[in-house]
Amino acid sequence: MATDTLKQHDAHAHDGHEHHDTGAIKVFGFWVYLMSDLVIFGTLFATFAVLLSGTAGGPGASDIVELPLIFVSTIFLLVSSFTFGLAILAQTAGDKGGVLKWLAVTFLLGLGFICLEIYEFHHLIAEGFGPDRSAFLSGFFTLVGTHGLHVSLGLVWILIMFFQISKQGLSDVTKPRMLCLSLFWHFLDIVWICVFSFVYLFGAMS
Amino acid sequence: MFGKLSLDSIPYHEPIIMVTAAVIILGGATVFGLLTYFKKWGYLWREWITSIDHKKLGIMYFLVALVMLIRGFADAIMMRTQQAIAAGGAEGYLPPHHYDQIFTAHGVIMIFFVAMPMVIGLMNLVVPLQIGARDVAFPFMNNLSFWLTVAGVVLVNISLVVGEFAKTGWLAYAPLSGIKYSPDVGVDYWIWALQISGIGTTLTGINFFVTILKMRTKGMTMFRMPIFTWTSLCANVLIIASFPILTVTIALLTLDRYLGFHFFTNDMGGNMMMYVNLIWAWGHPEVYILILPAFGVFSEVIATFTKKRLFGYKTMVWATVAITILSFVVWLHHFFTMGAGANVNAFFGITTMIIAIPTGVKIFNWLFTMYRGRIQFTSPVLWTIGFIITFTLGGMTGVMLAVPGANFVLHNSLFVIAHFHNVIIGGVVFGMLAGLTFWFPKAFGFTLNEKWGKRSFWCWLVGFYMAFMPLYALSFFGAMRRMQSYEPTGWQPLMIVAWVGAVIIAMGIACLVIQIIVSVKDREKNRDLTGDPWDGRTLEWAAASPPAHYNFAHLPTVSSIDAFWEMKQQPGGFKRELAHEFEDIHMPKNTTEGPLIGLFAIVFGFALIWHIWWLAIAGGLGIFVTFMFRIFNSDTDYYVDAAEVEKIERAYYKRLEVQV
Repeated sequence: MATDTLKQHDAHAHDGHEHHDTGAIKVFGFWVYLMSDLVIFGTLFATFAVLLSGTAGGPGASDIVELPLIFVSTIFLLVSSFTFGLAILAQTAGDKGGVLKWLAVTFLLGLGFICLEIYEFHHLIAEGFGPDRSAFLSGFFTLVGTHGLHVSLGLVWILIMFFQISKQGLSDVTKPRMLCLSLFWHFLDIVWICVFSFVYLFGAMS
Repeated sequence: MFGKLSLDSIPYHEPIIMVTAAVIILGGATVFGLLTYFKKWGYLWREWITSIDHKKLGIMYFLVALVMLIRGFADAIMMRTQQAIAAGGAEGYLPPHHYDQIFTAHGVIMIFFVAMPMVIGLMNLVVPLQIGARDVAFPFMNNLSFWLTVAGVVLVNISLVVGEFAKTGWLAYAPLSGIKYSPDVGVDYWIWALQISGIGTTLTGINFFVTILKMRTKGMTMFRMPIFTWTSLCANVLIIASFPILTVTIALLTLDRYLGFHFFTNDMGGNMMMYVNLIWAWGHPEVYILILPAFGVFSEVIATFTKKRLFGYKTMVWATVAITILSFVVWLHHFFTMGAGANVNAFFGITTMIIAIPTGVKIFNWLFTMYRGRIQFTSPVLWTIGFIITFTLGGMTGVMLAVPGANFVLHNSLFVIAHFHNVIIGGVVFGMLAGLTFWFPKAFGFTLNEKWGKRSFWCWLVGFYMAFMPLYALSFFGAMRRMQSYEPTGWQPLMIVAWVGAVIIAMGIACLVIQIIVSVKDREKNRDLTGDPWDGRTLEWAAASPPAHYNFAHLPTVSSIDAFWEMKQQPGGFKRELAHEFEDIHMPKNTTEGPLIGLFAIVFGFALIWHIWWLAIAGGLGIFVTFMFRIFNSDTDYYVDAAEVEKIERAYYKRLEVQV
């Protein structure tokens, strides 16, 4: 769908013959990048699963999971995906103000998610359950932290897009970038659903 | 201030290293001086360093690979020399800590900084031309990938003089590579050289995957793509799917070493078997990333020089796809002895043997293409025939290793060394050198000297057999890999034979260098302006040699496999004529951001290796800020206007007339 939106626009953007649709190629390329990123997360999930029992006498999954906190941060991230969708709808309608507004809301929600994660990590480390305590905790911090790092990079990217769109408006340059960012943001949401299910829900049940 | 780095980090007391360093520094100073004297810095910067032209990037990749081939080979001959003399209690001339670095560096350099740049260099040079495109999908990223690869190369070479390289073997198995057993910076050099260049490779994979899927010219359906493009496509799929695993594995080892995590440590629940699994889940697909494009080269060469369509085009494609998929389900055969259990070993033993089937299909396809063809015995064909025989032999010893029971005897012995050199030299190196000879005229507009090419081939072939057949035999006497010295004096004669083999290979490399020098000297005699010196079959031969930076003034239309051959078979044949009309061509502009990011990546990696945290932050910031410049730079492309295109084309046809 994202690519279709672009095509309609690009079809009459250039008069040159034999010209490839660069916007659509960019979005496709980014999609391929996301697939390789997915392999990164897949590998981290596998590592986490293998090291689950490597607690070395320290806490296991059920000891460190605080579901109420994670519930709140999950809601933050899921709603932020929705608000990013609204930003893309505004872009399709050519509404620059709407794009900026929803980007700002998405940014705040994402920031909330990251703050909660930092709080959770800080809390665990303060209790002596840092990543150097056991292989299990190494796997936990790395899997969750890699997702968090991605979200943080997403936040930086949102700031850049906010700045660029407010300066340059919705152009052939900014629009494909917004579509890539939206793919990235939704992708992180899907990864989080897996993290939430496998790390936190199963963890709480174990 | 300087972390772990001090003046003591430079190994003054090692004469071998100091002499090598002096040679490198003198050579570098000479090149620097010559460039300055002839005022070539501007030219170098404008035409090469900042270039986004896929053909020039391809040439630069190959240049890096050839330089590193000499470095990697120097390691090889040092090891052979050591083993030829260190028998029966003799210590040889290399102490263990130096010998261990050499075999590690040899493996790392040959795979990551010789074989990979050669493969990616050929893909760069050939693939866009073969699919009738003007450039790759993401030209800036292509330049960036190259400079990230160079950053890795630079870090490995710095390790020669500042500090040391890893002593762990080329895959740095944990827990040996952990901080407890390798507290020095060697493993950190390994980590950052591979991490940085690995990211470049992943970007290349994405770039060429998208290029091949989205940038093909009109009429070129998937099943009309040349085989080299097909094998490149599959290699890129493998890069996209496997290099992230390497990225993660190295990142986890980094966390273990830098922040005290416990992924692969002996204690606190760590699991070093996880490391071996992860590294080979990347490592096995990696060998197919190298060999599939080589298969592609042989297919193009054999079809061209037998003047026949490749036998079994479709089976060739499906065999390639089958190998691509199967390459992900065989990794455990690298460590049958770990003790995963009989059933698991049986599964991976069988999958490994199954890979021999599609590979066998390919071998028969090449043989049947040659059957009743008018074979011209040019040097690319010699490389191909040498490959078919050598690779088949190596493949069979591979199947022997795939039998778990036999593997328990052969594991970590010289048999393994002989086997993989058998397939990598016989497959990848022969393939890349065939490709170099085959496409060199496309890149430079003149052919390579055949006499020296054939000499190089015979030296390589004879040298290979003399160097590695003795290792098969030695493995049955019990010789293991990575021995700095050994007791049984009975092994020594065969070790000396192997050393002689290595010397013959050295002559092969020398012939290669002479071949290039002689060819450049005689370039007017070997000039090929037609763009089609071999009576080729695929689209790259339709372009001029060397092609204009936009490749094709008018993009060709394709209606069958071997598109260019079909054009030549039309009534009246294919004529190179000046078109009547020209139009504006949309092209990317050069980039300064690519090389700059590469430079900052070197600083970043070096600082992390030596724990110089402020410099690491500065390097990281440099990368980020440069990237921001790129993002906010809207001046990234332009139109070559029709008049300019006409001028370039007219000049080309004028030269063509003069020659005819």
